[in-house]
Amino acid sequence: MEKKTMTEDTPKNVSRRNFIKGVVASGAAVSSAGYLWRSSALLGQQPSAPGSVERLITLNVNGQDRRVDVLKQETLAMTLRYKLGLTGTKLGCDRSECGACTVLVDDVPHYSCSVLTHTVRGKKIVTVEGLAAADGTLHPVQQGVIDEQGFQCAFCMSGFIMATVGYLKTNPNPTRPELAHGISGNLCRCQDYDKILTAMMRGAENLRKA
Amino acid sequence: MAEHKLVGQNYVTPDLVAKVTGKAKYAEDFRAEGMIFAKLLLSPLPHARVTRLDLSAATAMPGVKAILTADDLPAPADAVNDNGQLILANIDGEVALTNEPVYQGQPILAVAAVDELTAADAIEKIVIEFQPLPFVVDPLVSLRPGGANARTKGNYWNIPAPAPAPAGGGGRGQSPPRPEIRDLKWTEAEFAEVKDGRLPMGEAPEKWSYGDLDAGFKDAALVLDETFVTPDTSHQTLETRTVMAYWQNGKVYVHTGTQSTAQTVLGVARWVGIDPANVVVISEYTGGGFGSKITGAISLVIPVLLSKKANAPVMMRVSREEEHYIGRGRPGVRGRMRVGFSKEGRITALDMFSIGDNGPYERQGDTANTGIIASLMYQPLAMRFRGVSVLTNTPPRGPQSQPGGLQAVALMEPVIAKAARKLGIDQVAIRRINAPVGKALFGPPAGPRAVRQYVTSAFVKEALDKGAALFKWDERKAQSGKRVGSKVRGVGVAVSTYSAGSVGYDGLIVIKPDGRLYIQSGIGNHGTGSVSDCHRVSAELVGVPWEKVEVAWGNTAKNLPWTCNSGGSQTIHAMTRAAHAAGMDAKKKLQEIAAKDLGGKPDDYEVANERVFRKGGGGGMTLAHAAQRAIDLGGAYDGHALPKEINKFTTASATALAGQGLMGVGKDNYPHDGQSRSFVAGFAEVEIDVETGKFHILDYLAVADVGTVIHPRNVGGQILGRSMLGIGHAIGQKWVYDQHYGVALAKRFHHNRPPTILDAPAHMQWASVDLPDPETPVGARGIGEPPVGAGCCAVLNAISDALGDEIYRRAPVTLDMILTALEAGRPTTDPLTAHI
Repeated sequence: MEKKTMTEDTPKNVSRRNFIKGVVASGAAVSSAGYLWRSSALLGQQPSAPGSVERLITLNVNGQDRRVDVLKQETLAMTLRYKLGLTGTKLGCDRSECGACTVLVDDVPHYSCSVLTHTVRGKKIVTVEGLAAADGTLHPVQQGVIDEQGFQCAFCMSGFIMATVGYLKTNPNPTRPELAHGISGNLCRCQDYDKILTAMMRGAENLRKA
Repeated sequence: MAEHKLVGQNYVTPDLVAKVTGKAKYAEDFRAEGMIFAKLLLSPLPHARVTRLDLSAATAMPGVKAILTADDLPAPADAVNDNGQLILANIDGEVALTNEPVYQGQPILAVAAVDELTAADAIEKIVIEFQPLPFVVDPLVSLRPGGANARTKGNYWNIPAPAPAPAGGGGRGQSPPRPEIRDLKWTEAEFAEVKDGRLPMGEAPEKWSYGDLDAGFKDAALVLDETFVTPDTSHQTLETRTVMAYWQNGKVYVHTGTQSTAQTVLGVARWVGIDPANVVVISEYTGGGFGSKITGAISLVIPVLLSKKANAPVMMRVSREEEHYIGRGRPGVRGRMRVGFSKEGRITALDMFSIGDNGPYERQGDTANTGIIASLMYQPLAMRFRGVSVLTNTPPRGPQSQPGGLQAVALMEPVIAKAARKLGIDQVAIRRINAPVGKALFGPPAGPRAVRQYVTSAFVKEALDKGAALFKWDERKAQSGKRVGSKVRGVGVAVSTYSAGSVGYDGLIVIKPDGRLYIQSGIGNHGTGSVSDCHRVSAELVGVPWEKVEVAWGNTAKNLPWTCNSGGSQTIHAMTRAAHAAGMDAKKKLQEIAAKDLGGKPDDYEVANERVFRKGGGGGMTLAHAAQRAIDLGGAYDGHALPKEINKFTTASATALAGQGLMGVGKDNYPHDGQSRSFVAGFAEVEIDVETGKFHILDYLAVADVGTVIHPRNVGGQILGRSMLGIGHAIGQKWVYDQHYGVALAKRFHHNRPPTILDAPAHMQWASVDLPDPETPVGARGIGEPPVGAGCCAVLNAISDALGDEIYRRAPVTLDMILTALEAGRPTTDPLTAHI
């Protein structure tokens, strides 16, 4: 559900950074807020007239409501990484080719590099940081990686895990080829596909037993 | 090591939980107070000179903090290597920024601003004009009469012969001569064979030979003369070469991906022009390297120098498209092989000519390597090699997994497969009869006595036999080539080899009074697992269970020892030796302390199960107690006195750690007779639809001769992962360049097509021959390289086994190539043009 609480009305003589600090009271990423567009000359051209897209929105990420200042052209990957400090979501290509940035939006895997943050207001976003339990117990799919020493450099890993977790919601007991198809939107350049698939199948098994 | 408790066992590596929870920090995941962002201005032309540059509008923009141009870079400086040898600067070598771009996409300047949008906007405001210069993107075009040169000075690197050693010898060794660019052109007559699809062969700057080539051909029952072309492919690490850097108290802190943590300090120091003591490299996690980040990347000087200029931390995020230009690629090699075979299939003579696409900068060893690798893998009775690595205006190349080795076996394997068919010999048998055995010779005669080098050991026949049994080769072979409907299956086997280890590095460990073992690792963490796997050797020697081991890695401020480059599969060999040296040093000190306190001789004591105790029962003490005693005793025991032979890098680290416990520190001085090489035999079965040209790899097996397996799951990941990288070269990965404009047409994943999970064979399996290398204490050799060629060529050979020899004459083999060849009854794809 969308809540329209505040429109962008930052006074020009207040630094954007301090303003955000004042509004967003908590969150690990406060000090990195707005890095990529902090004080661009182009920001002055952002419309703040009635009817335009508001800037300060609430996102539900990993079960928490997070208040965040978002530009209209900002992608979810950028918001997660540079404003909310959730750097487990990786950028491999910036253009829907590699899947390293895959997150769940209402349980469906999405390439967060190609999702505008404004379109996911009111939806539940889950990143790799949101999978383990509060006590540190790993998600069964994460545990599958530990069990099989899946992945090599692991830059693709969070994307593959999120794609697998999403796919298993639709097919909890896949065959090996079915799971390969289910996560075929993700690239691994270490080409460790065989061990990745073994780890993900193990994760599926762990999940069924859980 | 008679009995292994850790070596050879699977375990959870210490980095894995951080990776799986998203807590692992790669270069782009770091933030620093006041961090600003850099963007690059890239050359739109393949070769040009900047004639006008006006930065005023960009400089005046609010938020722009600094602009870095080629004029801000330090001049290339001479360097002194680890052996004290002076390495003369290459004045025509690669630079991070330039006013004479030599490939499309080369960075010309960089802007740092408060955010990326401002930096990108500032780039737009820069006024820049270029004078286009002649360019070439195909090595053969450059060799033609009147062909353009990629560099104004010429089109290949001449490596002058080293000057004769001064009388009396001594000193620290001659400096290698400075390489120089020269011009090479062949005649129209020499190009005459191109019209028939055969590689032209003119004057070759690099050549060597051994044996009686003419006699070899005279004795041959079959002589083949084949031309083959291998693709240029990007490394395309999933993590681009993004860097964040800042300066503090005169030191530069560089967050970068790298394959080799310790040695990257020297790379940074050389590129930036500062003392290595003022460089800190932080690289806890690296998102893939494959040879493109052996000591980081030269582009890292851009954020480093921008940070100095702007007096702020600078993040340079490298985009996927930029990565195509600056992220390195494998040189494609076009080769011509005239090969004589006896009727049993033994190679009596090999005359090999290789022409590599060098890219615009430093000479790449791939082309020369094709000859050396072919000589080792197939042991021809006589051989001549000729080659040239031609400069082109395409992105800079770098070593990519099995550099020159993949190309060598890709040039040779289709010829071997064809010969076996013509001679009616089994494909496994022909590789067996040509396989290197034991201390096999390879390469050119070299040195004052003109002797050939030899390997430490080779168990290729064992790998082929084990593979043939596991793959059920004979059963599958019987079905190969039989059509069922529109489908036909084929089986292929291929052998492959590469360097597998260096020697002479240091190990550094401390047993502390808390009873834990602290291991310092200078190895890069780029996914191979060596960063922790090598050190299992130390833990085993001092009897500490892995749960009580702490590995420090990924930050050169953490007091790391001198460590090999992780390139060319050196690490598991080099660093298990170094780990063994450190472990043995600690063990000796434990025995000495026990003898001092409990009586008897050091040899009366053994070390196991967290204790040092008298053999056959009696007194002993815990390692925790011994560590405290080491501190009490001081001197060598706790690192206050250090061996002279260790590298100064290790000395500095060990000095910082002195007094904390019992120190094990040592240099690998173990004997090593021969050059370490590993081998892989690959087996593949493919199914091809002759109506569509589409094919699948049904099954793949790789059997590796890698000596002792240290960590089975990581070895398996390397074997099958690197096999897939090679398979990519067989099934679709390549560059495409516009010959007319000299610009890249395939610069993203969906253009140049690295394999996806759906391209992977449904069944993949690996095995090891499990025979330790006799020339290294732990018996382990590296495995990163040789699977690549085995994967590529097992698949290529399976395709020709199914469809015959008249399908392809270059890789990758694409479905249109298969369809058109089947229709025409001969290969129809352009045989020699580069990057099509």
